[in-house]
Amino acid sequence: MIIGLDVGGTHADAVLLSDKKVERSIKVPTDTSNLFNTVLTCFNLLLENIKPQLIQRVVISTTLTTNSVVQKNIDPVGIIVSAGPGIDPDNFRRGNHYYPVSGSIDHRGREIKPIIHGEIEAAAEKMKKDGIKYIGVIGKFSPRNPSHEITIHSILKHHFDTIFMGHKVSGKLNFPRRIATVYLNAAVFSMHKNFFNAVTDTLKQKGLTAPIQILKADGGTMNLHTSMEFPGQTILSGPAASVMGAIPHAPDDKDILVLDIGGTTTDLAVMVNKAPLLEPVGIGRGKHKSLIRALHTTSKGIGGDSEVTIKRGAIAIGPDRKGPAMAFGGNTPTPTDAMIYLGIMDAGDKSLAEKGMAQIASKLEISPQQAAEAIFTKTCSKIVELTRKMVERINSKPVYTVHEFLEGYKINPQQILLLGGPAPFMAARIEEISGIKTTVVPMSSVANAIGAALARTTCEISLLADTEQGIESAPEENYTETITRNYRKDDAMKTAQKLLEKKAIQSGAIEENLELELTEFQEFNIVRRFSLQGKIFRVKMQVKPGLIKGFSLAS
Amino acid sequence: MLKSDKKTGLVFFPAFDWAIDPTHPEREERLLYTQDQVMEEGIFDINGITEYKPELINADDIRRTHFCVPDEASVTTESHLISAGGAAAIGRAVMEKEIDNGFALVRPPGHHAMRIVHGGRGFCYINIEAVMVELLRQQYGIKRVVIVDTDCHHGDGTNDIYWHDPDTLFISIHQDGRTLYPGSGFTGELGGPNAKGSNLNIPLPPGTGTEGYLYVIKNSVLPAIEEFKPDIIVNSAGQDNHYTDPLTNMNFSAQGYAELTTLLKPDIAVLEGGYSIEGALPYVNLGIILALAGMDYSNVVEPDYHPERLKQASNVTDHIKRTSDIINNYWKKRHEMREKAGANGTIQERHREIFYDTDNIFERQKERIRICRECAGALEIDSQAMPGSRIMAVHIPLNACHACKETAYDMFEQAKTTKKYSKIFLQDRPKDEYICF
Repeated sequence: MIIGLDVGGTHADAVLLSDKKVERSIKVPTDTSNLFNTVLTCFNLLLENIKPQLIQRVVISTTLTTNSVVQKNIDPVGIIVSAGPGIDPDNFRRGNHYYPVSGSIDHRGREIKPIIHGEIEAAAEKMKKDGIKYIGVIGKFSPRNPSHEITIHSILKHHFDTIFMGHKVSGKLNFPRRIATVYLNAAVFSMHKNFFNAVTDTLKQKGLTAPIQILKADGGTMNLHTSMEFPGQTILSGPAASVMGAIPHAPDDKDILVLDIGGTTTDLAVMVNKAPLLEPVGIGRGKHKSLIRALHTTSKGIGGDSEVTIKRGAIAIGPDRKGPAMAFGGNTPTPTDAMIYLGIMDAGDKSLAEKGMAQIASKLEISPQQAAEAIFTKTCSKIVELTRKMVERINSKPVYTVHEFLEGYKINPQQILLLGGPAPFMAARIEEISGIKTTVVPMSSVANAIGAALARTTCEISLLADTEQGIESAPEENYTETITRNYRKDDAMKTAQKLLEKKAIQSGAIEENLELELTEFQEFNIVRRFSLQGKIFRVKMQVKPGLIKGFSLAS
Repeated sequence: MLKSDKKTGLVFFPAFDWAIDPTHPEREERLLYTQDQVMEEGIFDINGITEYKPELINADDIRRTHFCVPDEASVTTESHLISAGGAAAIGRAVMEKEIDNGFALVRPPGHHAMRIVHGGRGFCYINIEAVMVELLRQQYGIKRVVIVDTDCHHGDGTNDIYWHDPDTLFISIHQDGRTLYPGSGFTGELGGPNAKGSNLNIPLPPGTGTEGYLYVIKNSVLPAIEEFKPDIIVNSAGQDNHYTDPLTNMNFSAQGYAELTTLLKPDIAVLEGGYSIEGALPYVNLGIILALAGMDYSNVVEPDYHPERLKQASNVTDHIKRTSDIINNYWKKRHEMREKAGANGTIQERHREIFYDTDNIFERQKERIRICRECAGALEIDSQAMPGSRIMAVHIPLNACHACKETAYDMFEQAKTTKKYSKIFLQDRPKDEYICF
C-alpha cells in the first residue's frame, strides 16, 4: 500500500491506496504555524489499525518551501558569482552577501580568465565574519565547464560545510536563473533538512520504514537524499499534485486541459497523451524565475469564493477572495452563492445566498434570479477564456528550427478535466460555453493526494559532446570522458541513457517505471576556415513525469 | 528583476536545420553560440523584452518586392519564408505599438537579393528587409522608409530594389568594393533618375575601426535621416565588420555596434551577414539587443578585445572624412541631380550584368524607366539568365501617377506581342496585384 500526502495552504489531503482502490482518504485543516503536526495528524489518521509494515511507499508534498519564501523565513546565504563579459552580475544580486569575482568561461566551456584565489579567500573571510553558514557558487556557462565553480568550492570547503554549486542544478543555460535557484536551495536547506529528518524519525518510531519520497514541482518525486541537494525543487509541488491526480482519468492520445477550481484560484495545466506539459526553462512565476523543472501551470484569481463586484455597470468576478460565501456566513456575494441560489448546488444557507444575489441585483436593476444567472455564466465563461489564453500562449512559443516550425505541434484541447470543490457544479456550463467535452475527476477533492501517491520519480540529464575538444561531459552528474573524432549520435544517446538511468535509480526510481524521453537533440558541424573540425552534440533526456505502474484507479 | 528602458521585441530563428552546404559560412552552426549567449544572459527574462514567433510569409508577400523566375517556390525554401517572416513579425509588432523597437535574429540573410531573382547571390535568395517593408507599406500605409545597411558587404540587392524609389532612403556602409564582394557600392551610385540621392553608398577602406563607423553615422547618416523624416528606420545589421570576421578586413567591435545602434535608433533591426560565429556574433548580438532595449552594455566585450590594437590608422581616418564630405555633398544636391537626370515623361535605359555567385548564374538586364517628377516611375526589365530563361518584368510603383500606370500597362501589352520571353510579369503595387503571363 502507498500513502500520498498533500499539505496545502488551508488544508491537508491524504490517501492510503491499495493496488486496486483508495482505501482511506482524509482531509484536515493545515496548521500553518506547525506543518509537522499537520503531517503527523495525517499519518495517525491514515495508519489507524493498519500495519505500518504494509506501507511500501510514502510521497509527501508540502508548502514548506513556498511558505518560508513567502514569509521570508529563510537562512542568510553567501553567494559568489563569476560572470565574465555580458550583463553586469550586480543586476542578479540575491541577499546581502553577494560577491562577484573574476574569472570567465565562454559558450564552448573554454577558460577565458582564471579564478583569482585571493578574491575567494577574502570573500570567505567576510562571510565567516557575518556568520554565514550556507554558500552558493555560480559561474556563467558553468553547465559547459564547471571547473571554476569546483575551484571556488575547493577553496571554500575549508571554511564552510554546506556549499551549493550552479552546475549541479540544471544543464540549462540561464545565468540569472541559476543564481536564483542556487540561492533558493541554500536558503531553505536547513529548514528542509530539519523538517524531513523529524518526519522520518517519527515514522520510524511508528514502524513505518518505507522510503519517503518528496514531490517536486515537475510532478515527479525524489528521495530524501536527493532532496537534500535540491530542496528548492519542492516549491510549488501542490499544483503539480493536482495535475498528477487527473492523469488516471485522462484519455490516451488526446490533448486535455486540467482545471483545478478552488475557492480563491483556478490552476490550469495541459496534458498531451497523459503527459503534463513542462515549463521550457523552469518555474517562471513573477519575480521567482528559476531553473527548477516544473509543470506548466497557470494560476488565476477566480474560484468559488471570489468576490463579486460591479465594475463600470458590469459584473466582475475576483481576483480577490474576501472570505467564505455568504451562504456560509461570509460578507460578500460569490459565485458559490449564485450556484446555491440557482439550486445547482445544495449547501449552506440558501436564504443568505439569496441576500447576496439581491445585493447585486439591486445595483443592476435586475431580478436576483437574473443576477445569479449572470454571475454563474460570467464565472464559467471567464474560466473558459483563461484556458483559451493559456493554449494560445503555449502555441505561440517560438521554435528554433525549420522542422519544428512547420511540424510545430499545436495544442488542440479535446477534453477538460475538472478538479476542486466547485468543479461538479460548473462542468455542464463550462462544456456548453467552451464546446469541449468536460468531465469531473472522481474523488476530485483528494485527487491531489492521489496524484502525489502515484507520481513516479523523475529527473533529467544534459550531455554535451565536443569532438574538436575530444570530450563528452555531463557536469550535473560529475561526468567527463574523452572521446574520439569518430563519436556519433548513437554514442551520445547511449551515454545519455546510461547516465539518466543511474541518476533516476539514485533518486529513488524503480526500474519498471523508467519511461525515458529524449527532450532535446542537437548536432552541429564545427567548421573553421571552410573545413570540418569536429562536431558538437547536445542531448537532454528525462524520465517523463507520469504515474508508477501497478496501481489502477481508473474510474 | 532586470527591466529594460525600451520595450524591445526579438525574433530568434537560427534555422538549425538549414545550410547552403555543410561547410559553407551560411550554415546551421552560425547562430548557435549567439543563442547560447542570449540564453545564458537570461535575455528573455528581462522585463520589457519579448520574444516573438516568426511568421511564415507567402508568395503574395514576395511578389510585392521580387520577380522570381520561374516562380517563388523554385527559388526559396521554407527557411527563407520564415526568415523574412521573422522580420515581418517584428515590423508588425512595432506598427501595432506592442514594442518600441525590435531585432530579428534570423537566417538565411537577404540583402544581396535583387528585384529579379533567378537564384542565389551572396548567400541570399529573397530580400527579407524589402519584403518586410513592402508588407508594412501595404498593411499599415507607411510611406517613407530609411534602410541603413551596416553589413560589411555592399547591400546591392536592397540598393537595386529601391534604386528608383524616392520614398526609400537606402544607405549602405560597407568595405570598399575594390577589396570585397560584391564589388559595387561606390559613392557615385546614387539611384535612378527619379530617386537620385535617395541611395547613398558609403565605401570605407579596409582597416576602418569603431571611430570611422561612428564618424560616418554622426556626420552623414544621421543628418540625412533627420532631413528625410522617415516613418520607420530599418537597420540591416550585418556583423561582418568585426575585427575577427574571416571574410572581411575591418576593425569594428561589439562596443562599436552597440554604440552605433544607440545612435541610429532603428525601429527594426534585421540580422544580415557575420561569419565570426564564436569570436564576434555572441557579443555583437548581445550588444545590439541591450542597446535597443536602452540597457547598459559597457561590459559586453569580446574575450580578445584590445581597443589599442584596433586603433584606426590616420590615413584611414582622413580617407573616411573625405568620403563623408562627398556623400554630404551629393545628399545636398539630390533635388538638383534629379532635375538634371532627364526630361519628364521620357524613357531612360540602363544595361547591367549581374552574377549570381551562390548559384553560378549570369544575368543580362535591359532596364527602361519613365522619368517622372510625380512618382517612382513605370519600370520594365528585360532579363536574360544564363543558364536560365529570358523574362520581362514590369513594375508599377506604389505611388504611381496616372501616366506611369498607363506607360506600364503599355509596356506589359507590348511585351506580350513578342515571343521573346518565356514569362512576362506585371507587378501592380497600387492594386497589390501580380500578373504572370
